[in-house]
Amino acid sequence: MSTPTVRTRNPRRYGMVIDIDRCTGCGACIVACAAENNVAPGASRDNDRTSISLLRVFTIPNPEPVGRRAAFVPLMCMQCERDTPCVAVCPQQAVELDPMTGIVEQMPQRCLGCRYCMTACPYHARSFNWADPHWPSGMEATLNPTVAPRMRGVVEKCDFCQSRMHAAQDRAAANGSLDPGQYTPACVEACPTQAILFGDWDDPASPVSTAGDTFAWLEGLGTKPKVRYRSRQPWVGAMANRGGAAPRKEESNG
Amino acid sequence: MADIPWVPAAMFDRKFVPRGAARCGTAQFSLWLTPWFFLLGLGLWAGYLCLRDGLYHTNMDNRFAFGLWIFLDLAIIAFGGGAFFSGVLLYFLKLKELSAVIRSAVLIGFLCYSGAVTVLMVDVGQPLRAWFTFWHPNTHSMLTEVTFCITCYLVVLSIEYLPVLLRNRQIRKIPSFLVFEWELHKLMPVLAGIGAFLSFFHQGSLGGLYGVLRGRPFAFRESFGIWPTTFFLFILSAMAVGPSFILLTTRLVEWISKRTLVLESVYVKLARISGWMLTFYVLLKSVDTMVWLNSTSRRGGFLPWEYYSWEPFGVWILFVEIGVFGFLPAVWLLRAGRVPTRSLVVPALLACAGIALNRYVLTVQTLALATLPFDEFLSYTPSWQEVAVFGGVAAYGVIVYSILYRYTKLFPQER
Repeated sequence: MSTPTVRTRNPRRYGMVIDIDRCTGCGACIVACAAENNVAPGASRDNDRTSISLLRVFTIPNPEPVGRRAAFVPLMCMQCERDTPCVAVCPQQAVELDPMTGIVEQMPQRCLGCRYCMTACPYHARSFNWADPHWPSGMEATLNPTVAPRMRGVVEKCDFCQSRMHAAQDRAAANGSLDPGQYTPACVEACPTQAILFGDWDDPASPVSTAGDTFAWLEGLGTKPKVRYRSRQPWVGAMANRGGAAPRKEESNG
Repeated sequence: MADIPWVPAAMFDRKFVPRGAARCGTAQFSLWLTPWFFLLGLGLWAGYLCLRDGLYHTNMDNRFAFGLWIFLDLAIIAFGGGAFFSGVLLYFLKLKELSAVIRSAVLIGFLCYSGAVTVLMVDVGQPLRAWFTFWHPNTHSMLTEVTFCITCYLVVLSIEYLPVLLRNRQIRKIPSFLVFEWELHKLMPVLAGIGAFLSFFHQGSLGGLYGVLRGRPFAFRESFGIWPTTFFLFILSAMAVGPSFILLTTRLVEWISKRTLVLESVYVKLARISGWMLTFYVLLKSVDTMVWLNSTSRRGGFLPWEYYSWEPFGVWILFVEIGVFGFLPAVWLLRAGRVPTRSLVVPALLACAGIALNRYVLTVQTLALATLPFDEFLSYTPSWQEVAVFGGVAAYGVIVYSILYRYTKLFPQER
C-alpha cells in the first residue's frame, strides 16, 4: 500500500505595483478589463458615475507651470488586507478575503444590493448594476465564457481576473500541483507601456517585490492595500502624503 | 360636514367609531383621506418602476450609494424611538402620565418602522434576497444587527398594538378576540421590555453603520468595546427626540381634530424628559466631536477643516446642529411648566430638525466628500421617484394613523 502524496499549497498575496510615470492614460487597461469581465456597454442614460467601472484612470493635472505632463492614475479595488472595509460591513458574507490568494472576492449571487460596501470603500472602487446588463444583438458572441455576467441590483468590483487565476489553477492541477503560481490579469497584459506589474508580495522574486519604492493611496487609514504605486515625480508623492500616505518600500513579508 | 344618513357606508362607518368619541362625518373623513391616497398611489407607482426596471430610476450613483431614502429612514426611525422609550418609562419607571400617549406612541413607532422597512425593500437591489442575511449572517456587520433588530422589533410592535385594535367596539363582540386581547394585555410589560431591548440595539446599530466606516474619515469614530461612539449617540438622540415627536404629533392631531387629547401636564412631562435627554445627548455629542476633530480624524491623515471647506457643508452646519437644534431646544424644553405649554411645540420641532440634520450630515455629507486626494466633491439631487416613494410612505403613515384614530381610542384622556 503506497503512502498518498500530501500536496500543499502556499498562501499567496497577489498585488500590483502601478508605475504612474509610465501610464499614458491610453485606456487599454479599461477596455481589456471590460472585455475580460463581460461588462455590458453602457446605456445612453449612463455616465461615469452610474456605469460599471471595475478600473478607472484618473487624470491629475500637474500643478507646476504650463507644459508639464499630467499624471494618470489607474484605480481599481486595492485588495485591502487589514480590516478590509467592505468585508467587515457586508451583512450576508457576499464579500470575502481569500486567505490563499489575498484577493477580496465579491459573490454577486449572494449580494443583496444594499451598497453598504460601496459606502465603506475609501477608493470608490465598487460599481452597482443600476439596470439589467444589455448587449447589442450579435455582441453576445464576444462574451467571455469563463466569467458569469452579473444581474442588475448587485455590486461588482475588480477581483484580479479570478477566472484567469482559476484557469491557472486548472493548468497547475493537470501538472499535479495545487499552486496556480504566476498568472496575468487582463489589464496587466493589455498595458502597452508595462505600467502595471502583478505578482505575489510574499515572493521576493516577483515583479511587485522587486519594484522598488512604492506608496499606497490613503495609507493612513491602515487598511494595507496590496495595490501600490510608484512615481519619481515629487508632486505625485506630495499628493499621496495627503490622507496619511508616505512613500516607502513595501516589505516583502507584509 | 354632516353625515349623509342615506349612504349605507356612512352608517356602517358609524358602528365602528368608539362610543363617546366625537368624529367628523364619513364624507369629511373620506375627503381628508383622498389626497393621501393619491400620494400613496404615486409612491406605489414610483416603487413599482424601481422594482421593475432597476434603481436607475433614482439619482443615486456609484459614489452616492445611499441617498434620500437612507437619510429619511434614519430620521423616521429616530422619531419612532418615542415608542420604545415611552414603553420603558411607563412600564419600568412607572411614569403613569405617559399612559395617555402610549398607544399613539406605539402606533407611531410601528408606522415609522414599517415605513422604513418598506422603503428599504425598494432601496436594495435584490429585495428577494433579504432573507440571506438570516441565512448567511456576517456577525461583524452593523447591518446584520440592524436587520435582525428591525425585523424582530416590527413583530413586537405589531403585537403591542394588537390589543388597541381588538378593543374596537365591533371586534369586542367576538368573545375569543376579547379573551385574546386580555391575555395580550398581561404580556405588555414583557413585550415592552423586549421591544425596548431590540429598539435600543437597532437605534444604536444604525449609528454604528457610519461610525465603523474606517474608509470614511468623516464618519469614522472611536470605539467603546465593539461599538463606535455613534452607536451610543444614536440611542441617546432617539431617546431625546422620541418624546418631542410624540408631543408634536399629539399637538398636530389635536389641531386637526379640534379635540383635547391629553392633559397639559402630559406635555410638560414629555418636554422635560426630552429636554433632559437632549441635554445629555448634546453634551456627549460635543465631546465626541472634539475628540473626532482633534484626534480620530487627524490620525487617519485628514485635517478636519477639509471636511467643511465645501459649500454648502461649511462649519455652520456643525454649530447649527449642536447649538440652534441642540442646546437651544434643550434649555427651552427644560423650562416646561414655566413657559406656556403651547410654545413647547417650537423646541420640540427644533429638536426633531436637529436629529434629522444629524442623519442628513452622516448620510449625505459623508458620501459627498472625496477621500482620495485627486477625487472631487460631488452633489446629489434625488429623482422624483425617490421623493414619491417616500411621499407614499408618509401617506401610508397618515392614512393608517387617521383610520386608527377614528376607530380606536388612541388617547384615553380624549374629551
